[in-house]
Formats: sequence, C-alpha cells, structure tokens
Amino acid sequence: MKQFISFVRKEFYHVLRDRRTLLILFGMPIAQILLFGFALTNEVKDSEILVVDYAKDAASQQVITRIGASRYFKIRKAALTHKEILATFQTGKIKAVLVFPANFNEDLLRSNKAQIQIITDAIDINTANMITNYMSAIILDYQNQISENLKIPYQITAETRMLYNPQLKGAHGFVPGVMALVLMLVSVMMTAISIVKEKETGTMEILLVSPFKPVMVIFAKAFPYLILSLVNVTAILLLSVFVLDLPVKGSVPLLFAESTLFIITCLALGIFISIKTDSQQVAMLISLMGMLLPTMMFSGFLFPIENMPLALQIISNIVPSKWYYIIVKSIMIKGLGISALWKETLILLGMTLFLLGVSLKSFKIRLQ
Amino acid sequence: MEAVVVRNITKTYGKEKTVAVDNVSFSVGKGEIFGLIGPDGAGKTSIFRVLTTLLLADSGTASVDGFDVVKDFKSIRNTVGYMPGKFSLYKDLTIEENLNFFATVFGTTVEANYDLIKDIYVQIEPFKKRRAGKLSGGMKQKLALCCALIHKPTTLFLDEPTTGVDPVSRKEFWEMLKRLKEQNITIIVSTPYMDEASLCDRIALIQGGKILSIDTPANIVKAYPEKLYAIKANEMYPLLKSLKDYPGTLNSYAFGEYAHATFKDQMRNLEDFERYLSDKQLTGIDIKRIEATIEDSFINLLN
Repeated sequence: MKQFISFVRKEFYHVLRDRRTLLILFGMPIAQILLFGFALTNEVKDSEILVVDYAKDAASQQVITRIGASRYFKIRKAALTHKEILATFQTGKIKAVLVFPANFNEDLLRSNKAQIQIITDAIDINTANMITNYMSAIILDYQNQISENLKIPYQITAETRMLYNPQLKGAHGFVPGVMALVLMLVSVMMTAISIVKEKETGTMEILLVSPFKPVMVIFAKAFPYLILSLVNVTAILLLSVFVLDLPVKGSVPLLFAESTLFIITCLALGIFISIKTDSQQVAMLISLMGMLLPTMMFSGFLFPIENMPLALQIISNIVPSKWYYIIVKSIMIKGLGISALWKETLILLGMTLFLLGVSLKSFKIRLQ
Repeated sequence: MEAVVVRNITKTYGKEKTVAVDNVSFSVGKGEIFGLIGPDGAGKTSIFRVLTTLLLADSGTASVDGFDVVKDFKSIRNTVGYMPGKFSLYKDLTIEENLNFFATVFGTTVEANYDLIKDIYVQIEPFKKRRAGKLSGGMKQKLALCCALIHKPTTLFLDEPTTGVDPVSRKEFWEMLKRLKEQNITIIVSTPYMDEASLCDRIALIQGGKILSIDTPANIVKAYPEKLYAIKANEMYPLLKSLKDYPGTLNSYAFGEYAHATFKDQMRNLEDFERYLSDKQLTGIDIKRIEATIEDSFINLLN
C-alpha cells in the first residue's frame, strides 16, 4: 500500500510538472466547452437575409417588420431581378433571400392566397433548414393573426413542443458529447502515453526488476488519471451549469458513478494500447485515430446514429462512448434515473470488465 | 559459493532468429567483480536481461543466488539491483524524489540502508533538489547507482554504467565499485571500455554473442601468444598500409598514435623490417617491443 501511494504521488509529479500534459488535461476540456458553447454553435443568430419586396404594401411591410424584429435575422433590402439574386448568393454573405411578389396584399385579400418565396443557400444544410423553419414560423404566426377574426371552416393546427430543450439550445447536445470526448482522450491517451513512456525511457525495466508486482505498476499508473478525469468531469459540469446555463436535471452522484465507470473503461483501453505499443508516438496515434474518430462519429454526438447505414449502426454499438453519451444525455437533460439506464450501464460494465480482462491477460511480466 | 551461474544460454530475437547470445556459459563467485567486455551489439545487454529475469532465454539455464531465472524470478527481483544501460531514472523528479521512490518501491527507506549509499550519495547530496534530467552524466550514474543499491542487493547488475561519462567520473565510479565489493556484494558489470577491464576481478571477452575468453585480466594478457610491437612514423596512414603489405605481418592495426603489429616467426630480422619501412619513404620511424593490453588480446582473439 505504501508502495502504491508512493507510486501515485510520483505519477502526480509527472503530470503537474509537464506543462504540455497539464494543458491537454485541463486546457482542452475548458477550451472545448467554451468553443462548442459560444463559437461552434449551429443555432442561427443574426443571419443576414436580403428582402426583395416587389409589393411594397401593408401586408409585406408587416411581415418584414416581424422578421426583422426576431433576433435570428438581419435584414437588408434591395430591389433585384432574379439573376441578380443568384449573383448575390455567390458572394456568400447572404444566407437567404425573401421575395414578395407584386400585389402581395391584394392576392391575400382577394383570393385568400398569396405567395412568398424563400431562397436559401443550401450548401450549409443545417442553416438553410433552420432559416426556412424560423421564417415559416414567423409567416405562419402572421397569417394566424390576420385570420383571427375570419371564420375558416376546418383548421388543423399542429402545436409543437420541444421537450427537454424548448429553446433548442445547442448546449444540450454537446455537453454530454464533449464529456465523452474529453474523458476518452484524457483517459485513453494519457494512460497509454504515460505507460509507454516508462517503457521508452527504460524505467519499466527497473520497475519490473523490483518486488513491486507488475500488475500493480499498471494500476498505480492508471489511478491518477482516474482522479484527474473526475476533476475534468467536475470542471465540465461546473462550466455547463454556470457558464452555459445547462443544469443537471438528474442525480449528480449517479452521473459521477457512471462517469467513473466510463473512465475505467477508457483506462482499460489505454492500458491495452500501452501494452501493445512501444513508442509514445504510436500510442498517441492509435489513441487519436482509434478513439477520437469513433467517438466523434459513432457516439451520436455529431451525427445521428439512426440515419446511418445498418452496418455502421451495428458498429456503433461497440463504441463505449456511444453508451456513455446516451447515459449522460439521459441523466443531465431528461433527468432519468438508474432504473431507465440499467441496460446501458450493464453494457458499459461488460465492456469494462472485458477490456480489463484482456489488458491484464496480455500484460507481460517481462520485456517483449 | 557461486553467486551467478550461466549454463549454455542462447537468446535469439525476432522471426529471423537473429542470434544475440550464443551458447554462453560462465559463473561468478560471491563478492566478485565480473566484467563483460565487448563492443556494442556483442550481446551484453541480452545476457543482463536474461539474468535479471526480463527476458527468457531460448535455451540453457541460469541462476542468481541459487534462484532459477525462470522459476524463481520473483525471488530474484526481490534481491538483485539492476542499472540498465541508458539513464533510466525519472528526469522530471529530483534526486531526492527518485531515491525515495525507488526505496519505497523496494519496500525499504533511504534511512535504513543509508550507510550503503553514503559514500556515493554525499557527492550528489548538495544537488538533491535538482531534477535528474538536469544532472551531468557522472552525477546521473551516481544517482542511478544509489537507486540500484538502496535495497541492499546481494548481486548488482550494471549495464554499461560508464558509457557517456567523463574519465574522472569513470575513475570515481570504479572506486565506488571496489568499496561495494568490500560489502560482499557481487557485481556484474559490462563495458565497451577495455581500460576498465583491468579493474575487474575476472572478465569475459564477448563478441557476436560468443564468449571468446574468461579469465583474470592478468592471465588474459599473459596468454597473448605473439611478440607485440608498437610502431610509429610521421606518416600514419602510409605506415598502416605498409604494415599490411609487409609479407611477414601477421596482424596490424592502429592503436592511438602507434600502430600495433605482430609478425611471423616472432620477428627475427628486425633490421630487414626497418629497411622495408624506410624504403617506403616513411620518416621518424620508432619500433618498440611492448606488453599486450586487454584490447590487444581482444583483437587477437577476434582473428
């Protein structure tokens, strides 16, 4: 036990004395949270749109004012021909163009039917979709208002409720994603590198030729990263609650327990990589390619898994971060408890035990 | 009692079965300083790793303090001290932290065995707050030796402890080994420096994984079979070439500012040879009869 403590203390010295490690450990999670929170948002804010108003009548003015009043759009007006509109899109500054045909008000009053054209730049699909949705909503709102006093015989209104995230805030999706990503990186890469480093510098040789049990070497190396990763989880949660206004709806202890489980999964993976590689570069590359990419692609954080081809959906099941992402999302945003998450937890637990078993089995008590 | 016994150890690497150690046998007595002398790639490190239980030999047996290197590897790991070839302590930890860490890992404390490392440690103690990575080569070796000694090992394995260390520190280092020997610690040391060989009690000359000769340094030198000459001229390269071309030459090679050479029939006709050299337009010729060194013996054994 004394040996173990001494070893862990030594490991902390390594981490705390290396600026680069510190930066990756604590700079990265904070930077990612802030980046995703403020810079890399896919919400539409202050998008520049061009209004081409051939009607210039009361109705068109009212619609334009409403659109301009929302915080989503910034309006510029110009009278352009169809060709000129296409040309302005090519400059890339305009996200959408709203065209009112001549006689807009009259069409609306006389034939009860008027048309507005929305042209969007669909190179960026998400933005284009969102802009059309927002605009349609505003226009629909206007239509409801003017038809309030009229009697329309049959009317079905679809009332939409965005459950768990009524304001469609981006933070809801990415905080669990960033947590999965950061833990994966820190736990897998850092453990793998720190163990391989001992092999590279030759200190592993001395440690092996000592009474200290080889397996204990591995555990002592992994343990500090468990602590550091939990510090990271805390930091991310604090940031998300106080900076991004995203509270944890469910149980915080449960969230930490599940995070610990996931961290151990990652540590086991890191140990496995360290056993199979001999240089820090290779360990880092494998951790990045083998862990970061699958986490980004298959956790459902950036791309919905349901939309993937069946083969990829099946592959996504072996990515531990997918299950952790589901668990964190459910606890943080939906406020679910363990009764709803026992299946995901069991899968993660199974993976952890499997990886730990494989790592310990392939660990060599000698060189080579 | 023999502290270390090696019997017919063979070790190969990889699929190509590159032979690193080829059927090597030797034994080392308790409290002896035993040197493995040979160039890089001779197989010294592989022998060390087999003995410290880090590698499994393909065939043969070995034991340290009576413990088998395969069966009783745990007992060996408890009792031996090992200092690997390249500097292998934590560069980002201070001298003190390194020493304390290794003491704890070996289940002891610095205080408990302080008398053993005292002579060495006092030399680096003024710098104990300095990180190991910032130490000079000599200080690093002293620290590494302290760490290898901290648990009072019965046998000490030092793999090229003086490589990359300045001559003064090298001398000091060997004096420390002599003092450890007085504590009845068996020391197996490897080195590529031939001048260090004479400081060992017994040495094994090793090349290409094979042991060429095992004996005391004095006996190895004594066993040199030929008369050895040191020859100097102002023009070194033409001299070496002339020596090679001389029909009576057995073997010739550069040795510092001299060339060493042995001749057929123990060189009965020295004047004839001198005339041959002057005919080659060499100036400042100086020929001396000398005693062989370990290096000469080694070169002789290689041929």
